[in-house]
Amino acid sequence: MDYAYYPGCSLHSTGLEYGLSTRAVFRHLGLGLHELPGWNCCGASSAHSVSHTLAVALPARNLALAQAAGQDVVAPCAACFNRMKSADHALRSNPVMRAEIESIVGFTYTGEVSVRHLMAVLYEDYGPARIAEQVVRPLYGLKVVPYYGCLLVRPPQVTQFDDPDNPQVMAALLKAVGAQVLPWSHATDCCGASLSLTRSGVVQTLVGRLVERAREAGAEALVTACPLCQVNLEMRQVEQPKMPAFYITELLGLAFGLPEADKWWRKHLIDPRQVLQQIALAGVAG
Amino acid sequence: MLDDLTITVNRLSEQSTELCYHCHKCTAGCPVVSEMKYGPDRVLRMVALGEVESLLSSPDIWLCAGCMTCATRCPNDIDISAVMDALRQIAVQQGYPAAERDVLLFHRLFLGVVSQLGRSHEAAMLGLFKVLSHVPLMNDVGAGVGLFLRGKVPLLPKTPRNRAEIRQIFDRSR
Repeated sequence: MDYAYYPGCSLHSTGLEYGLSTRAVFRHLGLGLHELPGWNCCGASSAHSVSHTLAVALPARNLALAQAAGQDVVAPCAACFNRMKSADHALRSNPVMRAEIESIVGFTYTGEVSVRHLMAVLYEDYGPARIAEQVVRPLYGLKVVPYYGCLLVRPPQVTQFDDPDNPQVMAALLKAVGAQVLPWSHATDCCGASLSLTRSGVVQTLVGRLVERAREAGAEALVTACPLCQVNLEMRQVEQPKMPAFYITELLGLAFGLPEADKWWRKHLIDPRQVLQQIALAGVAG
Repeated sequence: MLDDLTITVNRLSEQSTELCYHCHKCTAGCPVVSEMKYGPDRVLRMVALGEVESLLSSPDIWLCAGCMTCATRCPNDIDISAVMDALRQIAVQQGYPAAERDVLLFHRLFLGVVSQLGRSHEAAMLGLFKVLSHVPLMNDVGAGVGLFLRGKVPLLPKTPRNRAEIRQIFDRSR
């Protein structure tokens, strides 16, 4: 299966290991990712704060590129996914907006390509059962909580991703590779997003609460599918001991025995290797 | 333009703010309400009452993190995050100084970099933000160095070739 690929800006910078592990995992599963040529930033949380038109036009240009490629477009970043889905929703449901955006971007919207989040592709197109078949190093004993955050699941009529109150996709993928997924209360709570830079105190409080709840649930690590959540979780923790936040693709890659996984851990602000060493022991014992 | 704030906000946000019956569900679930002056449900009330001045100069419209918890829980299906966006857009358009100056500065710098380079470039954006914002210069220097040492803040931007095309989108979207 082949997909158009929209890495987004973060996967070349703060979310480097998300980009590396995404490519490695898709390659391993035989899923083709074809990076959109000349893609632009989706505008993130800034465009919709100052201009509704710009907030639709920026991702619409990427939709136009995907449409030209004739392939569904996969976005690993929850924020990019959300912005592209919002633009697609606006183009689909609002003819006045569609005409305006078509003239700004210079394309004709057909609505033929879908915007997909990476986890939806892995879950729906590939499936947890086949993912389980690829496991050479099961993550037995690794206690994690799935953290979805906001933008994958909300607003549900736009993102159409899983159950907005009780999403299960990430847990299913993690269970397929043997991780111990713990139930917890804060899977879809907010990390503070782009307030991280401007009001870091707010983000420290929110992240502190998430980590506290994860620890209460018995977790050794959080798992995310969003580069902004991940950097906030690792950068804004104040209390010791600190808890690492994995990208879902890193744990899949580790379970598949991909040799490049070793390079991902040192990209973390909170080194996750101590947690992984524990499961290496747990794996032997189990 | 602001003769009727409800009409303007409803048009920009594509919402029906008058449907609010103040159940406070939005405010109860808002992760940043403790930092706000009014909170989401009072913001909706102020829209209805046309309290333009206090609303557009409030920190609340800039503190909304856009998590959309309120939008998902509202029993009347009002996307309050979209209402917050509309209020920010009006405040910018009308030249209201943002009560959260650094938040607006961040958005402007971010979009400024994207309009020039086509993509975000952390090194440029963070550098400018450090110099221009009220956030103390030495805040986050440790984390910044940590990210840099891990190769996560590349000094040279990776930009697409057709930047003029992207700049044109900015020009046409004004």
